[in-house]
Amino acid sequence: MSKSNIVSHLKQKKIIEVLSTGKRMDGRGFEDFRELTIKHNVLYKSEGSAEVWLGKTHVMVGVKVGTGTPFEDTPDEGVLMTNAEFTPIANSAWEPGPPNEDSIELARVVDRGLRSAEVLDTNELNIISGKLVHIVFVDLYILNYDGNLIDACSAGAIAALMGAKKPVYKVVDGEAKLTDEKAPLTIRKKPVAVSVLKIGDNFILDPTADEEDVMDTRLTITFDDDGNICTMQKSGSEGLALDEIKKCINMAQEKAPAIRAKAIGD
Amino acid sequence: MSANFQDRDLVLPGDILYEGRIRTGENTYRNKDQVYATRLGLVNYSPENVNVVALESVYNPLVGDQVIGEVFDIDLGEWKINIGAQSEAVMGIPDAVDRPFRTEFIMTRVLDVGDTIIAKIVDLDRRRTPILSILGPGLGRVYDGFTIRITPSKIPRLIGKKGSMINMIIKETGCRVVIGQNGRILISGLSREREEMVVKVVNKIEQEAHTSGLTNRTQEFLRQLKERPR
Amino acid sequence: MSKKPTTKKTVARKPAKSKKAGKSWKRTDGRTFDELRTLKIESGVLPNADGSAYIEMGRNKIFCGVFGPREMHPKHQAKPNEAVLRCRYHMAPFSVDPRRSPAPSRRDQEISMVMRSALEPAVFLERYPRASIDVYVEVLEADGGTRCASINAAAVALVDAGIPMRDLVAACAVGKIEDKLIVDLGDYEDKKGQSDMPIAYMPKLNKVTLLQMDGTMSTTEAETAINLAIEGCKKVYEVQRDALKKKYSIDQPPEKPVKEFLPEEPEEEPQSEEGRQ
Repeated sequence: MSKSNIVSHLKQKKIIEVLSTGKRMDGRGFEDFRELTIKHNVLYKSEGSAEVWLGKTHVMVGVKVGTGTPFEDTPDEGVLMTNAEFTPIANSAWEPGPPNEDSIELARVVDRGLRSAEVLDTNELNIISGKLVHIVFVDLYILNYDGNLIDACSAGAIAALMGAKKPVYKVVDGEAKLTDEKAPLTIRKKPVAVSVLKIGDNFILDPTADEEDVMDTRLTITFDDDGNICTMQKSGSEGLALDEIKKCINMAQEKAPAIRAKAIGD
Repeated sequence: MSANFQDRDLVLPGDILYEGRIRTGENTYRNKDQVYATRLGLVNYSPENVNVVALESVYNPLVGDQVIGEVFDIDLGEWKINIGAQSEAVMGIPDAVDRPFRTEFIMTRVLDVGDTIIAKIVDLDRRRTPILSILGPGLGRVYDGFTIRITPSKIPRLIGKKGSMINMIIKETGCRVVIGQNGRILISGLSREREEMVVKVVNKIEQEAHTSGLTNRTQEFLRQLKERPR
Repeated sequence: MSKKPTTKKTVARKPAKSKKAGKSWKRTDGRTFDELRTLKIESGVLPNADGSAYIEMGRNKIFCGVFGPREMHPKHQAKPNEAVLRCRYHMAPFSVDPRRSPAPSRRDQEISMVMRSALEPAVFLERYPRASIDVYVEVLEADGGTRCASINAAAVALVDAGIPMRDLVAACAVGKIEDKLIVDLGDYEDKKGQSDMPIAYMPKLNKVTLLQMDGTMSTTEAETAINLAIEGCKKVYEVQRDALKKKYSIDQPPEKPVKEFLPEEPEEEPQSEEGRQ
C-alpha cells in the first residue's frame, strides 16, 4: 500500500540517509512505537467497537454479531468474518471501490491471527446445531492512513472483541427466540500483530506511510498471550535470510505485551 | 455604506463584509449591494478594496511563481508534474534543457518519474494548465533534502516582509530552505537537528499565521530550540 | 320525527390541521417539538484530507473528507467550464442494525446525489474548470437524519479545504409524529413518524438548496414545516461557525495595532470589479 502511486526519490534517499545514522525521520529509534491510544466501546449500535490512533494512523473497528447458517463441515460452530475497508477519506490516492489486494491482505492477516489463536469459542456461538449460529463480523475501517495498519487493526480487533456482547437466543421447540439478554463473548486469547520493516540493512518497527513507501520487505508476526507465534505474513519484493527472520521475531516479540495491554485496556 | 466587521476580524464564507460601493479584492464576491467573503480568513478593509486574507485556501498558480513539485509521468516531449494545484503541471523539453537536442533525446536522463524539482511557472495555457521551466538560477532537479507542506495562503507569512522571516530562519538554523508558492517547502541541512528546527518553526508559523508579533516570537522560539541540551 | 331526506354531499376532507405542539409536549426522547439533538462538529480532523470535519448529531457519528480541487480522472468526465463536485455517501457495515454490506446501495447513491445538489449552489465551481472536488462521507453510526448530518459536515469540510464558497450550507429535517410537527428527527421518529422533510439552507443568502419530503402534510403544514426547518438550520449554522473558528480562536487581543502582521501583498495584483475568488 502507498500514500501515492509514485514514490519520491528524494524521500527515499532521505529516509535511507537518516536511517544510516541510527534514527528515523520523526526522531524515533528503530524499535520505538508511536503513541498508541485505544478507546473501547465507542459505538452503541455495534455489539463491540474500538477506536485506535497509532501516530496519525486512525482506525475504527466495529464488531457486529448476527446470525446465519453454519458451514456444512462445522455444524456446531459459529462463524468469524473479518473485512477491511480502505475508505477514500483515509488517503488522497485511495479511490472508492471494491477491496484491493492490500485491504484484502490486511483483513486476512488480522483474521488469521484471531482464528489461529482461537480467540473466539466458536461452540459458544452455536444456537441450533446445523441450522443457526452466531456470525461475528469484525470490520476494520481505516479513517486515516499513516502506515502500520496491520498492527493498529489487530490491536483494535482485540479491543473491540473484548467488550463485545452477543444477543442471546432461547431455543424453544426447535425454534430460536431472541431474548432481551446480551452475553459477553468469551475471548480466550488476545493475539497482537507486530510488523517489522526492512529498509536496506535496517529493521524498524511501526513504520509510517513514508517508510512503507520505501520498504524492501515486511514481516508481520502475531503473538498470543503465551508468546507463541500464531500468524506470520511476509510481503514485499526482497528476500529475507534466516538470521534476519530470527531478528524480526525477536524485535517483534518484545513489543507484543505492551500492545496487548493497551488493547485490553489496562 | 458600511463595514460590518472590524479590520482583521475572522470571517467565514457568506459573511457580509461591506454594504455599498467598494472595490472587491481577494476572496470576496459581490451580490447586488453587498460584498461577501468566499473563504475563512481575516477581513482587511484597505483604501483600495475590501479583501480577505485566507487562512485556508487552495493554491492558485500564477505566472512567475516558484513552485516545488514532483514528476509523476512522462509523455511525448513533456514531463507531467504534480504541484498540488487544480491542474497537473507540464514541462516541455526546451524548458528543461538549454542546449540543442536531438529527436532521440532520452527524457529520463534529465528527469525521471519520482524526481523533485524547483521550477518556475512561465505560462498558463488556455486551459489554465501551469507550464513550468527549470532553466534559471536556483531552479532544477533537487538531489538532497526533504519537503514539507503548509497551506499556500500562509506562505507570505513564512516569507515575511521582504523575506525577513525566512532569512531569519535560514540564518539561525544554517539550513537551505526553499519555498514554493504552492505550499511546498524544501529543507536541507547539515544536521538532522537543524532540519527538525526548521520543521518545528514552520509548523508554528502555520498555526499562528493569523496572530501578531510572530516574527519576534519565532526568533525567540528558535533561540530556545538551539539552547536545548543535545 | 323522520329524517329529512338530504342529498348526499361529498365534502372535501379538510386538510388536517397540525396542532403546533406547545413547549410542554415531550417527544419519546424528552425533547420539545423544536429542540435539536446534541450537536457537535469539529473541523480539520483528518490529516490526509485537504479539508475535513467530524459531526455527532444525536447518536449519528459521521466523518467527511474533501479532496481537491484536483485534476479530474477519468478526464472525459471533466466539465470544460467548471469543476465537478463529486459526493459519495457511504456507511460502515457496523453503522446500522443489522450489519449491512459495505457495497453501495441505491439509497447511498441517492443520498450522494442529493448531497451534491445541496452543496453545489454554495461552491464556486466555475473557478476550477476541468477539476474535481471530491466530498467523501463515511457514516460510522446512523441514528436518523444522516443525510442532513452529512451535508452539515461536508459544508464545514469544504471551508476547511479552502474551497471558495458563496455561503455555508446547513441542513435539518422536520417531520410529523402524532400530528405534531417536530424538528430534527431521531431514528425512532424517522421510522414511526407520519412525514419527513429534510432541508438544506444557505443561511446568509437565505436560499433553500435541498428540499425533499415523504409522508403526508397539508399545504399549511408544509409551509410551517419549511419555516421550522430553516430555524433548525440556523441553529446548526451557529455550531458550524464555531467549529471553523475554533482553530483560530485568539485568547488575548493583539497588543500592537493589527496592521503590523499583514503579509506583504504580491507585486502584481489583478484588480477587477469582481475580485479574485
